[in-house]
Amino acid sequence: MIRVSELFARFESRRDGAIVIPCQTARQPWFDVSREPDLDVHFRGCMGKGSSLGLGLAMARPERPVWVFDGDGSLLMNLGTMATIVAQAPPNYSLFVLENGVYAGTGGQPVPARDKLSFEGLARAAGFERTFTADTIQQVDQNLDAWLQWTGPVFGAFRTEIVPGGNRLRDQLPHLWDCLGRLRSRLAHPPAS
Amino acid sequence: MTQISVTPELLVRTIVENGVTHVPYLPDIEHDSTYQLMSRAPSLTMIPVSREGETMAVAAGLIVGGKKPLIVIQNTGMFESGDSIRGFGHYARIPFVMMVGYRGWDPAGHPKDSAAVYTEPVLEAWGIRSFPILEDADLSRIAAAYSTATETGKPTAILLPEETK
Repeated sequence: MIRVSELFARFESRRDGAIVIPCQTARQPWFDVSREPDLDVHFRGCMGKGSSLGLGLAMARPERPVWVFDGDGSLLMNLGTMATIVAQAPPNYSLFVLENGVYAGTGGQPVPARDKLSFEGLARAAGFERTFTADTIQQVDQNLDAWLQWTGPVFGAFRTEIVPGGNRLRDQLPHLWDCLGRLRSRLAHPPAS
Repeated sequence: MTQISVTPELLVRTIVENGVTHVPYLPDIEHDSTYQLMSRAPSLTMIPVSREGETMAVAAGLIVGGKKPLIVIQNTGMFESGDSIRGFGHYARIPFVMMVGYRGWDPAGHPKDSAAVYTEPVLEAWGIRSFPILEDADLSRIAAAYSTATETGKPTAILLPEETK
């Protein structure tokens, strides 16, 4: 079982200009570690469409990595996204699912078939050629650099703790329109290096 | 108006001339020749989706990334997409443009099925301005749909009845 805060610290240290879309209860732990908030899109609602938003961004901006941290419940609501992503196959796109077995944002109700289905198996069946599943932070430490070098689209499943969520998050984190507005400005006018 | 007469070649040419770059879509049987023509247009990147609600999300990413998408779906798919329209169009304030196949529309005002009955009332309920294209002379409404979306910061809908040419 992976602690999300530890996982995200490792991603942030390797970010290198990536656009990051943390979905649902992944938003708070990503907010806590992010050092480039202008490239973050804190996403909730819309029946699990964060991965689809990421696809559009990846196609529009092929020069930047796009990382989507989806929930297992969110991904199940928008499962056709896998076929849509594979059909376009953007090389800069990675879809990561934080697999905790519950709808954390609504109180922790179990997702369907949580003890039976394999998200990596679903991804492979949909046509993702580069996939992995990690159960421990040690596996992440051993492999993350390599995974981030893979040519996309990449699918990765992380079996994680449950991050508490729900309505309390709604007023504390940046709203979607603010995130998208900042990101649009940043992409149109990147800071001088 | 007793007959719908939009020429698919002119329709696609107008879409291209408006600077559209990407077409997130899920096809419907009434506009097959339009899809075929769009697929052959070198300047259009076609993005077939698995379910219509994905189109608003993909379009949002494209718009934020500096592109100009045109969503193409049927009215039934628009109904299916309710929370994506709300979330991306109203909550995230993304001014996307949808071209909606108007299944069941009847020029005499007698809709052939319930999809047509509810199309315009649903758009009105969402606060989405619609731009019907019933003949070639209406094709300038594509530009109007884009300019209205940009000026208001809200989605707009181009309504396109069944192909007859």
